[in-house]
Amino acid sequence: MRVCLWGTRGSIASAGPDTVEYGGNTACAEVEGRDGSIVILDAGTGVRRVGDTYGEPRRLDILLTHLHMDHIQGLGFFAPFFQKDFEIHVWGPPSATLDLRTRLTRYLSPPLFPIRLRDVAARLELHDAPMGEFEIGGLRVTSEMVIHPGPTVGYRVTDGVSTMAYMPDHEPALSTEGREPAPEWTSGYDLAAGVDLLLHDAQYTAAEYADRVGWGHSRIDDAVDLTRMARARRLVTFHHDPAHDDAELDAMLAVAREMAADEFEVLPGREGATFEL
Amino acid sequence: MPQRDIGLILMRQLADGLAVPMLLADENGDLLFFNEAAEQLLGQRFDDVGELDLLARRRIFSFRDADDSPLPDDQAPLVVALREHRPVHRRVAMRGLDGRDHEVEVTAFPLLGGGGHLIGGVAMFWERKKQA
Repeated sequence: MRVCLWGTRGSIASAGPDTVEYGGNTACAEVEGRDGSIVILDAGTGVRRVGDTYGEPRRLDILLTHLHMDHIQGLGFFAPFFQKDFEIHVWGPPSATLDLRTRLTRYLSPPLFPIRLRDVAARLELHDAPMGEFEIGGLRVTSEMVIHPGPTVGYRVTDGVSTMAYMPDHEPALSTEGREPAPEWTSGYDLAAGVDLLLHDAQYTAAEYADRVGWGHSRIDDAVDLTRMARARRLVTFHHDPAHDDAELDAMLAVAREMAADEFEVLPGREGATFEL
Repeated sequence: MPQRDIGLILMRQLADGLAVPMLLADENGDLLFFNEAAEQLLGQRFDDVGELDLLARRRIFSFRDADDSPLPDDQAPLVVALREHRPVHRRVAMRGLDGRDHEVEVTAFPLLGGGGHLIGGVAMFWERKKQA
């Protein structure tokens, strides 16, 4: 399995000289299984570049964790949308009231966007992500709700040999605060259990989180704690705060590595990074 | 043990932060949690009781109807809410493990998860004597 990061920033794109190392594009990761099946996790601004890498028409599946702008803003700039021989499946969290097409159309229609979703050239199918397991080519995907404002899912993806989990926007502290942590009462535990690589929200320092409880994101400490509880092998920090420059993110990484000690690896979620599992 | 549904996790945290006595059960009616305020009614700390299946739950509290007759187990508000997928409101007398009676109003309602399926239920209690 190959995992490639195309956008690691949270909330809003933040390109600039101070964010060159970690990157400024918002959430997007690409997972390729042993048989060549591909899923794209989220469609933040990073999805524009990954869209340019597919030469021949093929099936592509985009798994959206939720519909906040930093996770869908790149959809309108995803080149395969505008090539008629591509088959594109977009999966997103179910809503109790509106289907995925209706919700996405709020963005992909005038006046916010000049082209309507129904006018894309590719063969497009939209799906509510089922709660539980489903298969995409040679990949088995599990989606489950996680703690974040609005319907939000996390994903677990395996190709039968390696397994990764993706929870870019996640506040597990709301499930554990003030009590002894227990796996059955911890949001995201099942998705992360035993994975080879956990790509997880690490937006805030502990000091920053104190004023942002309930905003839907993690202290980097929470990402470390979940990784430890779930016995994941590697933690990759993700959804970096747009206000954090490269030096601050390096400092946060150092803290996380100290917390993890020798129990598991903590790796920087930098745009362009590729992990072979 | 597998992770609980996210709706149950959040409801437990909410109950933990409220002064309203609340009891949380899974879709089978098994007791998952009651908060500190409910401990006052039940005469028992949750940490001492822990999670209980439906049968064991009957040992820690019981209801009596307005005419002081025992309320059958299958008429308990939370049991009805889970069975019939609807909210239930009822005035009852409740006796906890400490043997003290409490005149309470109970509101029980089912919890539907993100996928629309039943994940459990909640009972909230309001002690009438405290209202006066």
